[in-house]
Amino acid sequence: MSALAVKNLSKSFGGLRVTANVDFAVEPGERRLIIGPNGAGKTTLFNLITGELTPDAGSVLLFDRDITRLPSRNRPHLGMARTYQIITLFPRDTILRNAMLALLGLSPLRWNPFTALQRQQHLLDAARAALARVGLAEMAERPLAETSYGEKRRVEIAMALAQQPRVLLLDEPFAGLSIDERRDVRSLLSSIPRDVTVVMIEHDMDTALDLADRITLLHFGEVVVEGTRAEVVADPRTREVYLGE
Amino acid sequence: MTFWLLLTVNSITFGGLLFLLSSGFSLIFGLMRIPNLTHGSMFMVGAYLGTTFLSGTLGFTLDFWAAAVIAALEVAILGALMERLLLRRLAGQQLAQVLVTLGVSFMVADLCLMGWGGDPISVATPAGLGGFVRAGPAVFPLYRVAVIGIAVVFAVALWLMLERTRLGAMIRAGVDDPQMARVVGIRVSRLFTIVFGLGAGLAGFAGMIGGPILSVYPGLDQDMLPLALVVVILGGTGSLLGSFVGSIIVGFIYNFGQALLPELAYFVLFLPMVLVLVLRPQGLFGGQVL
Amino acid sequence: MTVRHALLAAAILALIAVPYAITEQYYVNIASQILLYAVFALGLNILVGYGGLVSLGHAGLSGVASYAAAYLLAAGHGHVVAIAGALAAGLVTTAGFAALSLRASGISFIMITLALGEIIWGLAYRWISITNGDNGISVATRPAPFGLSLASADGFYDATLIVFLIAVAACAIFVHSPFGAALAGTRDQPRRMNALGFHVWLIRFWAFMFSGLLSAVAGILFVYYNEFISPQALALTASAEGLLMVISGGAGTLLGPVVGAALVVIVKNVVSAYIARWNFLLGAIFVLIVVFMPEGLVPGTVRLFRVAWRSARRPKPATAAAAATPAGEPKP
Repeated sequence: MSALAVKNLSKSFGGLRVTANVDFAVEPGERRLIIGPNGAGKTTLFNLITGELTPDAGSVLLFDRDITRLPSRNRPHLGMARTYQIITLFPRDTILRNAMLALLGLSPLRWNPFTALQRQQHLLDAARAALARVGLAEMAERPLAETSYGEKRRVEIAMALAQQPRVLLLDEPFAGLSIDERRDVRSLLSSIPRDVTVVMIEHDMDTALDLADRITLLHFGEVVVEGTRAEVVADPRTREVYLGE
Repeated sequence: MTFWLLLTVNSITFGGLLFLLSSGFSLIFGLMRIPNLTHGSMFMVGAYLGTTFLSGTLGFTLDFWAAAVIAALEVAILGALMERLLLRRLAGQQLAQVLVTLGVSFMVADLCLMGWGGDPISVATPAGLGGFVRAGPAVFPLYRVAVIGIAVVFAVALWLMLERTRLGAMIRAGVDDPQMARVVGIRVSRLFTIVFGLGAGLAGFAGMIGGPILSVYPGLDQDMLPLALVVVILGGTGSLLGSFVGSIIVGFIYNFGQALLPELAYFVLFLPMVLVLVLRPQGLFGGQVL
Repeated sequence: MTVRHALLAAAILALIAVPYAITEQYYVNIASQILLYAVFALGLNILVGYGGLVSLGHAGLSGVASYAAAYLLAAGHGHVVAIAGALAAGLVTTAGFAALSLRASGISFIMITLALGEIIWGLAYRWISITNGDNGISVATRPAPFGLSLASADGFYDATLIVFLIAVAACAIFVHSPFGAALAGTRDQPRRMNALGFHVWLIRFWAFMFSGLLSAVAGILFVYYNEFISPQALALTASAEGLLMVISGGAGTLLGPVVGAALVVIVKNVVSAYIARWNFLLGAIFVLIVVFMPEGLVPGTVRLFRVAWRSARRPKPATAAAAATPAGEPKP
C-alpha cells in the first residue's frame, strides 16, 4: 500500500498541458522530493493532489482510498496537510492563534459559537506544543505581522505538523530563506518522525537532496526521471533538464 | 395585437436607453473592477442639467440636442473629476472605491433635490419628433423609434471606437488584463480617467434622451442604478455585446413585467439575474470585450 | 481585566439610567433609536467586519421582518405570532440571500446583495395587495410582555435596552468562540482555511444567518418603535446607513458599530433640525471616513490615544523601558 499515489494525472489550462500523465507512488514513511525547473508544473501537481484544482483525468489515492473527487477541505481530515510556497498565514493574529486555527480545522469544536476559544486549554496546549516543535514556543504571543520571514516559514510548517498528518506536502519550504534559516528548517524537517510521509517540492536539486529517499524530476508537466537520490543525480536526463536550457 | 406591438417597441426603446446607461457602467467595471454606484446619479444629473438648458432659467434656451450634448459633456467632466480627485487616492482599494461612489451618490442626490426641488420635471419631446409612426394597425410615438435609432448609432460608434481606434485597443487590453496593460506601457491611470468620463458622459446623455419618456424626478438615480447592475450581471462586465443584449433583455422583461404583473415587476426583473448567477456566474458574455 | 469589567458595569448602569436622567421623551426616543440601530449594525458587522463580506442589502432583511410583523398584526394576530413570524420570515429571506450571494465574494458579493436588497424593496413598493405600497402598514399597538407596557418612551427604551444587551453579549460570545475565529480566518485567508479543513462556504452561511437574525430582531424593534413600516426603510439608503455605522465606528470591533449607530442617529436627528434633508451629510461623512479614517472611529481613536500615551511617557527615561514591553507581560 502506498501512502500517496498519483495515477495518470493530467491538467490543462487553455490548451497548455501543465500536468501530463503524471504517475508515481510514495511509500509510507518515505521522503519524496519533487524537483524541476520553473514552469515544470510542481505547484499545479500539489494543487491537484490537495484538491484545490480538479484534474482533467487521472486519480489521486491516499492510502489506497480514491480521493480524486473529494472536496479539498475534507482531505486534511484524512491526514493530508500542506504548506504554501507563498506564505499564506493570518497576518492579524498571533503566532499562537495561527497554530490554533490549524488545530481547530480538524476539531468539531470549529462549529461551536458559544464557548470561548481562549478557554480551550487542550487546544492551547497542543498549539504551544506544535510551536515548540519548530522552536517558536517563546514567541507564541507575538503578532504574526511582527515576525521575520524565516519565522513565518516555520509557522507554516508548525501549522501543518500540528494537524498530525500522515502525508505532509511541503511546497518549497526553503524558498527565500537565509543560510542560517535553511539550516534550521533542514534540521526541523529531518526531525519529523517516520510515521509521517513527506512529499516536498524544490526548485533546485541541491537544497533538499540530503533529505530525500527518492526523487521525481518533473519537466513541462511530465515525469522525466524517477529513482533513488543517486540514480536521479547520475541520470543524464537530469543534467539535460537543468543544464540544457 | 396593437397592444403587444406597442409593448415591444417600448421594450426596445427602454433597452436602448439602458444600453446608453449600462455600456459605460460595464466598461468602467471591466477596466477598474468596481461597480460605479454613482452611475444612476450621472443619469439623473444629465437629465436635470439638460432640462435646465431647455427651461430658459439661465437666461437662454438651447435646442434639445444641444442641451443633451452639453449636459453629457458636463457630466463627463464631473465623472473624470471624481475619478481623479477621489478614486485615484484609493487606487487598488476596490472596496473603499465602491464605498466612495456610494457616498458621492447620496451627496449628488441631495444636491439635485436642493437645486431642482422635489417635483418631477417633464421634458418636452424635441421638435419634429412629436409625431407618430403608423405601422399597419399600430401607431408608435416617433420619439421612441428615434431613441432606438440613437442607441443603435451609439452602439456602432462604441464598437468602432473599441475595435478600430488606439484608445479602444488600450481599453480592451486594460479590460483583458490590467497588469499586462501596464507592462506594455499603457498609462492606465489616464485611461481610467478617460473611461470614467466617457461612461459618465454616456449616462448623462442617456438621462436627457430618456427625459421625454421617463421625466426627471428625485429617486430617478436609484431607479436606474439597479437596472444597470442587472444588465451588467446578465451580460458580463466589460462586454459591449453583453451590455447590448442584456439591455434588450432587461428592457423587455421590465416593460412586459410592468404590463402583465405590475405587482411583481421588480421580482420578475431580477429573476433572470439570479438564474444567470446560479448557472453562469461570469455573465452571458463575460470575458470578452466586444 | 477588572478595569474592563468595571467599565462595562458602569456603561450598563449608565444605559439603564438614561430614562431617569433624561426626562424629555424626545431624547429617550433618540436613545431607543440608537440602541435599535446598534442591533442592526452589530448584525451587519458580523458579516462585514468579521466575515469580510460587505453587504449592501441588509435593510432588505430587517425590512422583511418589519413587514412580516406588521402584516401579521394587521391581519389580527397577536404579538407572539407576529414576532415569531417576523423572525421566521427574516431567517428564510436571509437563507435565500446567503445561498445566492455566497457564490461570490468581494465586489461581486456587494453587487449581488445590493440587487437582492433592491428586489425586496421593489416588492415592498409594488406588491400593493400585501404591503400597501408606498402608504405602508401601520401597527396599532406595541406588545406588553409580562404585563409591562412598551407604549411609553421609557418602557420601550427599557425593552430595547434588554434586547440590545443580549445582542451585544451574543456578538461578544460569537466573535470570541472557535466559530468566530474560523469566520475571521475565512476573511483573512479563505484558501488557507479550506486547506486546513474548514468548510468556508458553510462558515460564511451560518455567519450570514446570525447576521440576518440580528437584522430581523432590529427590524421588529424598528416596526414597533415607529408603529409603521414603509418601503423607505428598505431602500438602498437604509442599507448604506447601516454600513456607514459599521465602517465609521470600526468594522470588526464590538464597540465600533454601537458608536457608529450613535453617531449616525445623533447626526441625523440633530442635523434634520437644521437642514431638511441629511443625505448630503451622510454621503460626505462616508467619503471622509473611507478616505481619511478607513479603520473607523473606535480603532482610529485608540490608535491616536496610544500614540499620545507613548509620547507622553517618552520624556522620562526610567519608564521608557516599561512602556516598550507590552502591558500585562512580565519583563524578562
